Amino acid sequence: MIRCERVSKRYPLSGEALSELRFHIASGEMVFLTGRSGAGKSTLLKLIGGLESPTRGQLFVDGRNLNQLSPRQMSFHRRRVGMIFQDHRLLRDRTVFDNVALPLVAAGVRHQEIRRRVRAALDQVGLLGKERTQPIALSGGEQQRVGIARAIVSRPPLLLADEPTGNLDPDLSREIMGLFERFNQVGVTLLIASHDLALINSLAYRTLTLDQGRLVADSGTPHAFRA
Amino acid sequence: MPFVPERRQRKRSPERRTLLRPFIWLSQHLQSALSSLGQLRRSPLATLMTAAVIGIALALPASLYVFARNLQQLSGTWQPTAALSLFLHLDVQQPQAERLAQRLLDKPDIQSVQLILPDQALESLKSDPAFAEAIAQLPENPLPIVIALAPAPRLADPESLEALADWLSSLPEVEFARLDTRWMQRFQGILALVERLVLLLAFALSGGVLLIIGNTIRLEIENRREEIEIMDLVGATPGFIRRPFLYIGIWYGLLGGGIAWVLIAFSLFLLQEPVAHLAQLYQMDFHLKGLEAKELGTLLGGSAGLGLLGSWLSVGRHLQTASTR
Repeated sequence: MIRCERVSKRYPLSGEALSELRFHIASGEMVFLTGRSGAGKSTLLKLIGGLESPTRGQLFVDGRNLNQLSPRQMSFHRRRVGMIFQDHRLLRDRTVFDNVALPLVAAGVRHQEIRRRVRAALDQVGLLGKERTQPIALSGGEQQRVGIARAIVSRPPLLLADEPTGNLDPDLSREIMGLFERFNQVGVTLLIASHDLALINSLAYRTLTLDQGRLVADSGTPHAFRA
Repeated sequence: MPFVPERRQRKRSPERRTLLRPFIWLSQHLQSALSSLGQLRRSPLATLMTAAVIGIALALPASLYVFARNLQQLSGTWQPTAALSLFLHLDVQQPQAERLAQRLLDKPDIQSVQLILPDQALESLKSDPAFAEAIAQLPENPLPIVIALAPAPRLADPESLEALADWLSSLPEVEFARLDTRWMQRFQGILALVERLVLLLAFALSGGVLLIIGNTIRLEIENRREEIEIMDLVGATPGFIRRPFLYIGIWYGLLGGGIAWVLIAFSLFLLQEPVAHLAQLYQMDFHLKGLEAKELGTLLGGSAGLGLLGSWLSVGRHLQTASTR
């Protein structure tokens, strides 16, 4: 699903954020990405999500070489990748429904279809009935679940999550992870960046560790990988 | 319904999607246009103020244009006041002159003829005290028969009038033809000047309108930066993200054009009565003409086009998406 071939990213001011990354994540895997803040976790997710492009190297996602996509094709790529952020990135002046519907609106999906799919996504994260609420009126955990609903509403085969539990207490964090495991069980590939080692270690999944932009550890798939 | 990645349950066949594409495209545009209008309605005062500035800027050249067109119309009204005088040879007698006048009247280029006999001309000269004494000394009437004629209104330009005068001079009965085109040339000169002014003003103020709309769109983009970023990351194409801003530009242009039209119509309404009164004093039947449907269409189309261009330029400069960064 994700193939990284000697990918480097250099920013003009802060220097090399990622250097010579090389790894492969198979379709259907659930992988943690860890490392101290500033190690390049967010940068890697942005590259995979097509929000930024690598300075060097090749990045293949779902068979697409991201270096070769036009701006328009890049937009289509982003529709096939769900992204979840620590700060949720919700629009405060829109209802929960409108926030979750954004990817479908962007993709030109018809109205009835949008209604159906948004309700299905909200049902997945346990927020059915909060459609008319403004995100501000929700708790942190609920806001994060709105963000997750938005990421899965177009049913992408790949989900990227950047510190999804960063602001949540352990119980809520475990709940969110449970949600991710459920998605994984139906075949979604997940790459979750987190520095919460306690949480990561309590779950048995492959873990990639970044340090100063380099891949320093790959735990490999800890148990027989279910394809 | 369990959450399943889309590629395992795509139902719609590719053919059906292709068939639907124009409708999707159209409905997306309609949606963009309406939601942009809704956006503007949410801050009516700010919208109205911007549109008013655009409207005033557009009203200036447009009202000057209306003024020029009314001047032109006025020149049409003036035409029958005889611009050509034919001085006949002294030996041409009245019956012969009448036959000539009749023949001329049959020409399509000539609208009206008036025979001025020497006695009439002399009488009218006598009524002027400056001439009265000199005329009394004359042994006989030295004046020729004169035919005053008005060319058809369609011969408005000096060239074709000149040609008509040349032809008239070549008639055997005619001693010479005097074409009084000076006032007309002056009038045409003024008209040309006013028309040039309209162009100049329209050009300068269109630039102003572009700047106003461009700046308004820049602020709009600034205000909605967060939304743009999020639309970008959920996979909206650059075109989709640009679209609402382009529509806002079009709406501003249209609103401005509408305001310009209202301003012009209102000023014409205020001027109508004094103008009609003045015309009556000159015994003319003259009414101010406003913008016709076609001209209104040009005004609105032009202003919408300016709005689109202004926002397009601004969006190109200020709207950054992940793909264009």
